Amino acid sequence: MLSPLILISVVLNGLLTGAVYALVALGLTLIYGVLHIINFAHGALLSAALFAAFFAYQKLGLDPYVAAFLLAPAFFAFGYALQRFIIGPASHGDDRNMLLITLGLAVFIENALLYAFHADTRTIDLAYGFKSIDFGFTFLAVPRVISFAAVFFVALALWLIMALTDTGKAIRAVAKEKLGAELAGIDVAHIYAMTFGLGTACVAVAACLLIPTYYANPRAGNAFVLVAFTVVVLGGMGSVPGALIGGLVIGVVESLAGFYFGESLGQVGIFLIFIVVLLLRPRGLFGASA
Amino acid sequence: MKALLLIAIAVAVFAAVPLVVHSNVVLNFLVVTLMIALAGQGWNILGGYGGQYSFGHAAFFGTGAYVTAILQVEYGVNAWIGFAAGIVAGAAVGAIIGGLAFRAGLRSSYFALVTLAFAEVLRILASVAPITGAGVGLLVKLDLRAQSFQFQSRAIFYYVILALVAVSLVIAQLLERSRFGTWLIAVRENEDAAMALGVDAFAVKLGAMVLSAAVTAAAGCFYVQYFLFIDSGIAYGTWISIEALLTPIIGGVGTVFGALVGALVVKSLGEGAKLVTGDVPGLDLMIYGAVLIVVIRFAPRGLVGAFTDARERLARRFAAPRPPVREAVRG
Repeated sequence: MLSPLILISVVLNGLLTGAVYALVALGLTLIYGVLHIINFAHGALLSAALFAAFFAYQKLGLDPYVAAFLLAPAFFAFGYALQRFIIGPASHGDDRNMLLITLGLAVFIENALLYAFHADTRTIDLAYGFKSIDFGFTFLAVPRVISFAAVFFVALALWLIMALTDTGKAIRAVAKEKLGAELAGIDVAHIYAMTFGLGTACVAVAACLLIPTYYANPRAGNAFVLVAFTVVVLGGMGSVPGALIGGLVIGVVESLAGFYFGESLGQVGIFLIFIVVLLLRPRGLFGASA
Repeated sequence: MKALLLIAIAVAVFAAVPLVVHSNVVLNFLVVTLMIALAGQGWNILGGYGGQYSFGHAAFFGTGAYVTAILQVEYGVNAWIGFAAGIVAGAAVGAIIGGLAFRAGLRSSYFALVTLAFAEVLRILASVAPITGAGVGLLVKLDLRAQSFQFQSRAIFYYVILALVAVSLVIAQLLERSRFGTWLIAVRENEDAAMALGVDAFAVKLGAMVLSAAVTAAAGCFYVQYFLFIDSGIAYGTWISIEALLTPIIGGVGTVFGALVGALVVKSLGEGAKLVTGDVPGLDLMIYGAVLIVVIRFAPRGLVGAFTDARERLARRFAAPRPPVREAVRG
């Protein structure tokens, strides 16, 4: 019989992983909520951000947690430009085209990274990288605890932006009623790009939180984003609290499934949840209606 | 009739190539290109004519490939029967995924996601299950006899895949002419309106999915016979899902020749890039991604669409003014 303490530590570790899933999912759900498309380039952008965080440390000696304050605005600008100058004009206002463009971007970015940096896996060594906190019955890695806290900070910041700023109001208006917002004088192309920028900034922060314990590699982001799709579907497309709770739930499920059935089947578990939720309740468990 | 003649001419031109060119490199390139064109034509039936964009056609390609390989390797079944069984199995997987997804009413982003997820589940399962050779993959025994669907000469393989592509072109042409195809296009243009007119959208989409899966599965079966090897990364990898949608979109979605034209362009670009810079991993796919974006930006109906537009514009300029026939039919 397994000690319940082991189970608790498995669950706690799941929650820590889940927080990062939640952050990646937050970016996805934000974009879906406003643009009504799934951003298939999200994973490639995460890989790119992981490389950026890696090189910020390697070449400039920037601690990832400091780099986050530089990379978030940089990726915001990058995301803004992508939507404004590539995705928007190229999609001719058709959802299917927009999907394809984000897929094209994903393929392009991922393979540009592969071309430039090869398939090598790169890690950084930080003094605190392997430090952990002793809770008596379990150890939790310091960087993962920090990232857990940071995710909630980012979520709060996003919520404040959405609730208090004019841009946030405009984003919510466009999400609710695009035509009405346009008639009220809101520049929809600009708001789309702002939203895409915010979603991309989330990815940059997630990369900075991940890099101390994870690695940079051209496909590193994909693993997270397939999970993030699941989180977003589970939490309800476009729902921010849904993304947070969904992320934590998936983190715990993966941790438990991995513990009982081994790594690769744990992944299958996530996909099965994903497919079942999609088929039975595509609005998600926390059902923010479309 | 004119369209069928066009197909016959295209096939005849391709058929003449081995008589002139004896280079194995060129033939190999054409075999792979035609195989991708076949997979792409499968995608085109569902995506181009039906408007349902699947991001997981690897599910069908891989199932066709694995069933062909497993039946031969594990059960000693004749390769030709394995080939046919692979196509049937691919169609069955299409029926299952399509049945579930369309019953749940998934459209657009959701449909793309669920197809992607099914392909990934199959990939992970194939990478651990013993029957698929798990991480090692399956090797089909070398046996260069026609009854084993293996040929000494590449030219014969080339004619086999050319014949399969020819069939897929005829299927697309018949689709355009048939009642079923008209229903399918109606669903693509406006599903609710089509249903209001009495079209059973679920049945039509499901039928298109099964046909689409069967054609793409045939490409997977051919892959196994040609390379005599399959593993989970090749069979269910994202590369084939991407190439299957890339070719018709670049060539022209919902056109008979779109996938063939797209495959020629895409593969030539990929090979061309390799000639210039050497075989650097990532370069060819990088170019595919860029081409996909550029084509959607500047020629949303693909190269075939851009060509017909240009021809009509020229015709309008030089000939006496006449009613724009195509628009009338479409509108």
